[in-house]
Amino acid sequence: MSDTITKRLGPLFWLAVGWLAIVSLLALFAPWLPIKDPDSYFLVRGERPPYSPSGTHWFGTDQDARDMFARIIYGARVSLVIGFVAIAFGMVVGGTAGIVAGYLRGRTDKVVSFIFIVFLSFPSLVLAILITALLDRGLVTIALTLGVLAVAPVGRLARATTLAYADREFVTAARAIGAGDRRIIVRELLPNVVIPMGALALLGMAVAIVAEGGLAFLGLSVEKGPTWGKLILIGAGSRELEKSPWIAFGPIIVLFLTVLALNYAGDRIRSYYDVREIGL
Amino acid sequence: MSGLQTDGRVEQGRLLTVENLSTTFATERGPVRAVDQVSLSLDRGQALGIVGESGSGKTVLSRSIMGLLPSTARREGSIRFGDHELLGSGAVDMSKLWGREMSMVFQNPMVSLNPVMRIGEQIAEPLRIHLGMSRRDARATAVRLLRDVRIPEPERRVDQYPHELSGGMRQRVMIAIALACGPTLLFADEPTTALDVTVQAQILDLIAEQREERNMSVVLVTHDLGVVAGHTDVIAVMYGGRLVEVAPTAVLFADMRMPYTEALLQSIPRLDHPSHTRLTAIPGRPPDLLDPPRGCAFAPRCAFARDRCREEAPTLTPADNPEHRFACWYPVGSAEYLETRERIASGLTIGGRS
Amino acid sequence: MTDAPHLRPDIDAVLRVRDLVVDFPMKKGQRVHAVSGVSFDVARGETLGIVGESGCGKSTTGRAIMQMPRPTSGSVEFESVEMTALGRSDLREARTRVQMIFQDPISSLNPRRRVRDSVLDPLDIWQRGTDEERSDRVDAILEEVGIDPARAHDSRPHQFSGGQCQRIAIARALVLDPTLIICDEPVSALDVSVQAQVLNLLEDLKAAHGLTMIFIAHDLAVVKNVSDRVAVMYLGRLCEIADPDRLYARPAHPYTRVLLDSVPVPDPTLGRATTGITGEPPSPIAPPSGCRFHPRCPAADERCRVEVPEMTEIEPGHHVACHHPLVTPVAISS
Repeated sequence: MSDTITKRLGPLFWLAVGWLAIVSLLALFAPWLPIKDPDSYFLVRGERPPYSPSGTHWFGTDQDARDMFARIIYGARVSLVIGFVAIAFGMVVGGTAGIVAGYLRGRTDKVVSFIFIVFLSFPSLVLAILITALLDRGLVTIALTLGVLAVAPVGRLARATTLAYADREFVTAARAIGAGDRRIIVRELLPNVVIPMGALALLGMAVAIVAEGGLAFLGLSVEKGPTWGKLILIGAGSRELEKSPWIAFGPIIVLFLTVLALNYAGDRIRSYYDVREIGL
Repeated sequence: MSGLQTDGRVEQGRLLTVENLSTTFATERGPVRAVDQVSLSLDRGQALGIVGESGSGKTVLSRSIMGLLPSTARREGSIRFGDHELLGSGAVDMSKLWGREMSMVFQNPMVSLNPVMRIGEQIAEPLRIHLGMSRRDARATAVRLLRDVRIPEPERRVDQYPHELSGGMRQRVMIAIALACGPTLLFADEPTTALDVTVQAQILDLIAEQREERNMSVVLVTHDLGVVAGHTDVIAVMYGGRLVEVAPTAVLFADMRMPYTEALLQSIPRLDHPSHTRLTAIPGRPPDLLDPPRGCAFAPRCAFARDRCREEAPTLTPADNPEHRFACWYPVGSAEYLETRERIASGLTIGGRS
Repeated sequence: MTDAPHLRPDIDAVLRVRDLVVDFPMKKGQRVHAVSGVSFDVARGETLGIVGESGCGKSTTGRAIMQMPRPTSGSVEFESVEMTALGRSDLREARTRVQMIFQDPISSLNPRRRVRDSVLDPLDIWQRGTDEERSDRVDAILEEVGIDPARAHDSRPHQFSGGQCQRIAIARALVLDPTLIICDEPVSALDVSVQAQVLNLLEDLKAAHGLTMIFIAHDLAVVKNVSDRVAVMYLGRLCEIADPDRLYARPAHPYTRVLLDSVPVPDPTLGRATTGITGEPPSPIAPPSGCRFHPRCPAADERCRVEVPEMTEIEPGHHVACHHPLVTPVAISS
């Protein structure tokens, strides 16, 4: 086949990336941006909150008259950190274990694969409840709990991908030129395994963000401050929901769009790198 | 097998006529014309070899005739099979022809059989669908077919699964399936490429023997000039989606006119040449069908190409022998060809590449 | 230790392989007998061709020389060093002087790395010369195999054709200046027109770098073209070894004869010989007793079923392991 295969990720992909960038940047720089304080009560004399969306409160306020827009942005700080830390933990621990198992095979592989199976068999929600109930409900604990749950799926993907590549001649060739195991793993295998893992990571982040929402419903999410899960929980559980839908729909829509963007971007990245070895 | 024959069959004479057949694929990078204005014909009982390198369009051509193409493909031209037109308005339903009139043996017998179905059932399936045979008759016929393709202990093998058979045995089963309904035209697309050389010889002999026995026509698609030399009556050489030379096998090897055919034959190491014989390689590589050259597709690699070759694509024209057609402005043996060859021999310049 | 009269003690041998055995464990305690007692030697500057059908152990033999995997038993003496006795780090060092070229050119290059980096890698690992010297060396070797270094600098394997990828793989194998190159079916995945380019390139490089080669392939004509000596393997054993012109003209082992008769010749005027052979090679898990070819051999008798044939010299430089060779042995004074 001829020179470069020109392929596109498509405008929708960039739209998704743009959305994720906006949400992340807003979350990251929230304290320095002209955003209202998420914990202040903007009570208006003579009117009962929640207040509907307006020029001052773009997304309206909750039943305590706190600004929904600000709370969603600050909620994003927690939700995105949870998603990111969880999946980073899963990638580092699961990915490393998976690649090493797939490359070395033999007994290492058997042990690691067994551990993965044990992790996958353990009901994840129960594990999450257990950890958060036994330990504190801080941001790090929640994130790492979800991270532990990500280890097995990410690790299994890394192992399977490594197995597929470890038999290729370029790995044999690397051994033939005297490359050590570490060099082969880092230089030859990792670049090939990291792409499908990255795609899975984006999907995994979406799952982690939704999982945080699930924990919130059980009252097991981060104790302090707003999170998307808690916002949805409070809004949806409110008696005001029928008259003032914005108190739940704001965070729901933002969460939905973010998860959709993560899923779509992950999917596009995977298929973008998938087909390139096939010619016509 | 006469009991299986259907009515209106061509018993002798012209079986297949292909005229100006073009097949275009819509791809992400633009349209690709994989088969370009191909015309050829085939008589009942004849064996046609389609020879070409990867990307020459040989596989697409055979699948275009059989109508086994993905939905991104568009065919133009005419394909007449017996009295039926297979293309355009009024085309017959291909599924009525598949199996009973035309069938295909694929390259890789390892992936072409259904791994969870007994081989007897796989042979019986077309018999039951097309010929409405009872289960018992179909099984009996399957055993007979397995015997026809020289599978030892057919009564036992009929109940086995593909993984219990070797590669050569599986290709024999594929042939048995293809032969099941007594087709008049058998396509064999690189039927032996995945097999070892001793097995390859056996399979090619089997196809030849069955062709004779059934007066069947065979289209043998391959990259191996050695395979077609011994097993075909007519050879069509393809390059860049076009036919570049068509001739009866003996005529082609005795008097090849297209420099590509000649170069291809010279680039193959021969058993009868002493070791370390320098091979005549063809420089460059096959054309990119997305952006085909303007003139003759082979011109960029041809030692004998001149300006005209790069400007104007030659069409397939008959040689002195009307059965021998080739597409070349300065064919092997022409004054210009001889002049260039002399120049190359005297080491002055390498024509075509400067 | 079996007798190996086809070994040449008085040559300047780069490689001597004696009684090489490679078994692979299978489920249920079974073993695949991939290579069963193969001996040969390769003289400096010589190309040894190894032919045989799939499952005959030719590729395993090639890899066992590099100790990938280490053979079950037997001796591999490379430049007077016993490879099987080397420890990990010595082996790594020794492997730089034996390099391999593989069948699938696409799969032998890392799809995610720029191809120039793949060629540079061996020099980086062994820290040969300065950065600048390494870079010059890589460019020179890429030029030599006909690849534009600038293009190799920013392109990945999928941007090259199969033939070009094979050239790049050859460059990577050559960059450390090895003594011995093991080519495992290096052209069988290539188109015929490109195959000749690569075969010619290998011949040129061999002359230019004074290489010794082992050329493993199933295509008898290709092997004949490049080899100075050809070994025929069947089911893990060596059947016959001789110089190609003699071997192809006067095959002594019935299996060699069958192989040669099976090759389709691109000349319709030559009538096809019918090979008379049926069936396929049996499984290397339970290879036949005696001569492993006997179940398929037209000349086999009781002796072939029981007794493993020894290598014998039937004419100078032509050895065969057969009880009933097709060539009448000539009296050899030694």
